Amino acid sequence: MFHIVVTIKQVPDTKIIKMNPKTNTMDRASAPAILNPYDAHAVQEAVRLKEQYGGIVSVVTMGPPQAVKAVQKCLEIGADEGYMISDRAFAGADTLATSYALTQAIRKISKIHPVDLVITGKMSIDGDTGQVGPGIARRLDIPQLTSVNKIEEVNLKEGYAIVHRKIEDGYEEVYSKLPCLMAVEKEINEVPYSKLPDMIRAARYTPQIWSVKDLDDVDVKQLGMKGSPTIVSKVWAPAQSDGAVKFEGNLQSQVNQLMNILSEKKELFVK
Amino acid sequence: MSEKFDVIVVGAGPAGISCSFELAKAGLKVALIERGEYPGAKNVMGGIIYRNAVEEMVPNFWEEKGVVERPITEQRYMILDERSGVTIGHKDIGWAEPPYNCFSVMRSKFDQWFSGKAVEQGVLLINETVVTDCIIENNKVVGIRTDRPDGELRCDVVVVADGVNSLLAKQLGMRDKIKPSHVALAAMEIIKLDQKTVEDRFGLEGPNQGCTIELFGESTKSIMGTAFIYSNKDSVSIGVGTLLNGMIQHRLRPYELLDALKSHPAVRHYIQGGETAEYLAHLIPEGGYNYIPELVEDGVVLVGDAAGLVNGIHREGSNLAMKSGRLAAETIIQAKEREDYSKSALSPYREKLMSSFVGQDLKKYKDTAHYLDENPRYFENYLPMMNMALRELFTVDGQTKWQKQKNIMERAGLNSFGGKIKLAKDLYRVWKVMK
Repeated sequence: MFHIVVTIKQVPDTKIIKMNPKTNTMDRASAPAILNPYDAHAVQEAVRLKEQYGGIVSVVTMGPPQAVKAVQKCLEIGADEGYMISDRAFAGADTLATSYALTQAIRKISKIHPVDLVITGKMSIDGDTGQVGPGIARRLDIPQLTSVNKIEEVNLKEGYAIVHRKIEDGYEEVYSKLPCLMAVEKEINEVPYSKLPDMIRAARYTPQIWSVKDLDDVDVKQLGMKGSPTIVSKVWAPAQSDGAVKFEGNLQSQVNQLMNILSEKKELFVK
Repeated sequence: MSEKFDVIVVGAGPAGISCSFELAKAGLKVALIERGEYPGAKNVMGGIIYRNAVEEMVPNFWEEKGVVERPITEQRYMILDERSGVTIGHKDIGWAEPPYNCFSVMRSKFDQWFSGKAVEQGVLLINETVVTDCIIENNKVVGIRTDRPDGELRCDVVVVADGVNSLLAKQLGMRDKIKPSHVALAAMEIIKLDQKTVEDRFGLEGPNQGCTIELFGESTKSIMGTAFIYSNKDSVSIGVGTLLNGMIQHRLRPYELLDALKSHPAVRHYIQGGETAEYLAHLIPEGGYNYIPELVEDGVVLVGDAAGLVNGIHREGSNLAMKSGRLAAETIIQAKEREDYSKSALSPYREKLMSSFVGQDLKKYKDTAHYLDENPRYFENYLPMMNMALRELFTVDGQTKWQKQKNIMERAGLNSFGGKIKLAKDLYRVWKVMK
């Protein structure tokens, strides 16, 4: 059976969040926790493939107990099962430690149903790195396809997938063997309004929650703070820009105003 | 066809949550459907909940973290004219201790917490889903349709708790379109301050004390209505509402009243320097006793604002909503025992509601709002008279107190015998509609 695992994350809604001006960190209480928007597209793509080829979609996340809500959101989109790894030992993980922990979780899930495809969102909106997906692929020793904006074909029988990867001036078509990992762009699909039966199933659903000791062969030194070599030397909020000039009037006068400004500041453009 | 529920409750406000809580507690299979992202996301009220109404379901709820803002220990009333305020109030320090009397709350937090309690009882809560209409077969309500794909759900009883502008009650023909004289439009802001500032400005001795101020007169430009200022933990809720017909007649918009209130000399210091965190507006049912709709039909009951259950005179609503939800649940549980959900099987709800404080309090004031609305002199003349009289009396300018009294009587039009009789009659009439 075709088994797709999607890694997901609960993130603060960065459109709303405020920064603590003293510590330069995010004031997490100031914004609601949501499912990382890229991950919603990843789940939707998995559900679309399930509808096309049959199979099941599992989601997995690492996070505190309240991240159950993010898993439920994925069930609303149409995922079948949810798994969570939640333990103090995971706390403070950077992308390296996170990809290690999620890899161990995926290994455990693959013992329940062998995994054919891993899909992730392009990146999380709170970290913006896009490193966890490739980290998982490397550890599982499977091909990684980043910036995927279309899945052309998945052929389970012959063990390959064909996707479009977004590149600067268009896309490239890539053929990969399965299993592989795909990190998807937002434009890959639109997440539709969920069906009522999926809403009901999600509201009732409690995911399987694993702690460190539920995972097999875990090297605890690679988890959480201990397993995170990233050093943050400085964090600062970008300065607010002074605002912009808005041109008014008809088209010709707007163009003239723009030309005036450009000629005034031409040293910025001419070397 | 998807699964069937015993009861589907539409709308997760105080009425809907209370109803679903009691139903699930009794073992019924209940779905609670909310259009907002979460219960409370779209719910609005001035911000007072009553201990008695909540503790009947969740004892000692005030001990749980983040549920209430402040216990209310002082209730003040102010009559405003353009430059002054006459204040009376009642402070009771006994209300600063358990079990308290009432609390200021943030609806987005309180409703979320309260719905969590219903979920603990076994209620299935479905958010972000709009119920568009009821499924009717053989003149009986047998389920609901939502705006979602595969969006039908069946049940024995639908509890309509979708608020003041109840779409479902109108569709079912249980209620008419709301008249502008039967509904108030209120606008409010939540203004962020720090905890210490809130306490200093309201004269509170700590987080266990809170104050409400209800304002009359200039605060509504003498239109029938009230304004309010409530102390939250580290913010102030300030708002104003008047009957919609008054606003239409005077060509006023709710935010104009609110802006004028915020800059009134007797009010502005409460909110000075604060930052507006939220701006909210909502309709409040004010039809009262005479306009309580048909509450029950085959397979359906109305509760809370959808049934018009607000006591505008005492600014009570959440407690009436909760009580109605619980009485509806009680009736449905009894109907379930006999597997009979007809109008007659559900009609004990109406009787229970009318003999409870909900029906009785609304009955007591059944003509008050209408009378005051029809006779604008109370708000337009008599209220400002208080300010004028006290200003005259308290201004020391060498005139004798006899003379002061005479000035007051003259300006109030009470120097003639006819004037005195008119006032006495008006006082008697307003007493009569409130007694």
